[in-house]
Amino acid sequence: MPKNASNDRKLVVLEAAQFQALLRALQDGGYSTVAPTLKEGAIVYDEVATVDELPVGKTDEHAGGSYRLKTRKDKAVFGYVVGPHSWKKFLHPPTLRLWQVRRNGNGLEFVHTQEQPPKYAFIGVRPCELSAMQIQDKVFMAGEFADPIYQGRRENAFIVAVNCSQAGGTCFCVSMKTGPKAQSGFDLCLTEVVEKKSHFFVVEIGSDRGAALLQDVPHSEATPEHLQKASAAVEQAASQMGKTLDVSDVKDLLYRNAESPHWEDVARRCLGCANCTMVCPTCFCTTVEEVTDLTGGNAERWRKWDSCFTSDFSYVHGGSIRTSSSARYRHWLTHKLAAWDDQFGSSGCVGCGRCITWCPVGIDITAEVQTIRSSETSKPK
Amino acid sequence: MEKKSTETQSKPKRKPKLAVWKFASCDGCQLSLLDCEDKLLAVAGELEIANFPEASRLVQKGPYDVSLVEGSITTAHDAERIHQIRKMSKVLITIGACATGGGVQALRNFQDVNEFVRIVYASPQYISTLKTSTPIDEHVFVDFELRGCPISKSQLVEVICAFLNGRKPNIPAYSLCVECKRQGVPCVMVSQGIPCLGPVTQAGCGVLCPSYNRGCYGCFGPMERPNVAACCEQWSKLGADNGEIMRVMRTFNAHADEFRKESMRYENASN
Ligand code: SF4
Ligand code: SF4
Ligand code: SF4
Ligand code: SF4
Repeated sequence: MPKNASNDRKLVVLEAAQFQALLRALQDGGYSTVAPTLKEGAIVYDEVATVDELPVGKTDEHAGGSYRLKTRKDKAVFGYVVGPHSWKKFLHPPTLRLWQVRRNGNGLEFVHTQEQPPKYAFIGVRPCELSAMQIQDKVFMAGEFADPIYQGRRENAFIVAVNCSQAGGTCFCVSMKTGPKAQSGFDLCLTEVVEKKSHFFVVEIGSDRGAALLQDVPHSEATPEHLQKASAAVEQAASQMGKTLDVSDVKDLLYRNAESPHWEDVARRCLGCANCTMVCPTCFCTTVEEVTDLTGGNAERWRKWDSCFTSDFSYVHGGSIRTSSSARYRHWLTHKLAAWDDQFGSSGCVGCGRCITWCPVGIDITAEVQTIRSSETSKPK
Repeated sequence: MEKKSTETQSKPKRKPKLAVWKFASCDGCQLSLLDCEDKLLAVAGELEIANFPEASRLVQKGPYDVSLVEGSITTAHDAERIHQIRKMSKVLITIGACATGGGVQALRNFQDVNEFVRIVYASPQYISTLKTSTPIDEHVFVDFELRGCPISKSQLVEVICAFLNGRKPNIPAYSLCVECKRQGVPCVMVSQGIPCLGPVTQAGCGVLCPSYNRGCYGCFGPMERPNVAACCEQWSKLGADNGEIMRVMRTFNAHADEFRKESMRYENASN
């Protein structure tokens, strides 16, 4: 987990042909290299050994409820945005055994899951995703509910960020001030430049660990021309945002509109399927399940990703508190954009657009906020 | 299954008696129990298998501590028999889409059953059947339902473990999408435009169909509070016609309330 955040970081150039050397250096350093890769019709995050396993020359098209993989005209290594997976699947695993207990004569013997945290190198972390990690850090890294599983994995993680040079149809990081350029929280940050005759990465060094790694990877000094091309690429992404979200006064707006009839309108469309929360890189909720074997001699406690869209989520003795879809959607949206700020001092949304793309019916957080906003101006006070 | 186990902590305890019953069904769900192989021996070690004709000819008289009931009610005789079984069973668990959602045989509920009988049987005069195929819980109180066509072996073992240990079974009622996302399967509906019933189907199958690049067709039946209308609307946006949507609502869980009602809306729309 990189800690440096100096303002005048060093910039160097890595030729695309040397990208494999970067992977190898990380692997030699004992890291499992995790990067974007193809699975069925989507770009997901998984362990990769070589650059050929990355979606070279692929891109993705996003709209509400729709994602399509396409082939690019060039050989860009990172010529797409974010897919259905996020890095939280590695830092905050979807299912995890917390402990086991065995009957031992007349007593009980507890065995806690104490993992040797895996050493991941995350390659291709987008600026919005870095922000999402920083948001989850506030939840898991410190305080009363610090999570040792997350802490161990996060502290070990080496982060190779990638600035976006194009934006997706559901991206709105500019509105959320999380991208398309990474500000902090990486060991190395790449900006990819693909031209007819050249293909290189401008690499920003974000930590001593990043600098040390580069010693084993052939690179050169960045010229002003390199830098100019890299910033043009990022500016291009900033100008292409698929969505915008007006966040001015959004907290009070949502608190004021807890009883808006609009929540019922969303409920007619919302499937209550929970996809939005599962794909969101900041959503952190889990449930625990106790399982026993047939003899009752062994029991285990498992932790699983949960969602505020399920009825068990708000179940207390005798029943569920949020029984309607309108209450659940309102809770989710209000937590993301308002209550999160009260709780953790930031927004709970980084503008990655996943909840819009991966909602099977394309419910759009930016549009729902806008509708609520306009309902205030259109109705007499 | 919220009931407390009747056993006290003091040992040795009497092994709870298990019975397995069959109504209109294909036997697939009962076979899931036989198919539990390694686990089956453990089940036999903890439970007395008192009545399970698929496994053993030995039949012990009731009462039984737990009855697993497969199949739907399609004859007058069965409508009687299920009451007898309920009386003999402390806990009654229905297993599979037939017992919980009427099964494919519930297609008769939408038509005149005598017409089917005339077409299918050479000597229809010997056939005595009800006009409908109905889930067990329309006839007697059911303690717990296990969904699926067939049921999931691991859910079956889980529900038996929960019963033996007097605890709540971990059988979620949320959508299949939750399971799909935890497993990291890219959504076939969003990424390939393949219509999928996952958003209205109860989780539990282990995401069989989307893992093989197919849409779910709802064999685990409706999830808690499903928004079937909005899901079907999305199916039509993805190109499914009214007839196709009506048919997908009428498969293994044809009599499950939310699916049945939606199928009728689409039937009316396509007429
Ligand atoms: S709420 Fe939506 S856009 Fe915001 S971070 Fe979560 S998934 Fe991304
Ligand atoms: S907003 Fe979309 S993804 Fe979220 S629960 Fe509703 S239908 Fe599912
Ligand atoms: S593939 Fe089907 S079950 Fe999986 S997330 Fe998509 S809609 Fe849900
Ligand atoms: S994906 Fe749907 S149809 Fe396929 S096995 Fe699971 S519940 Fe049944």
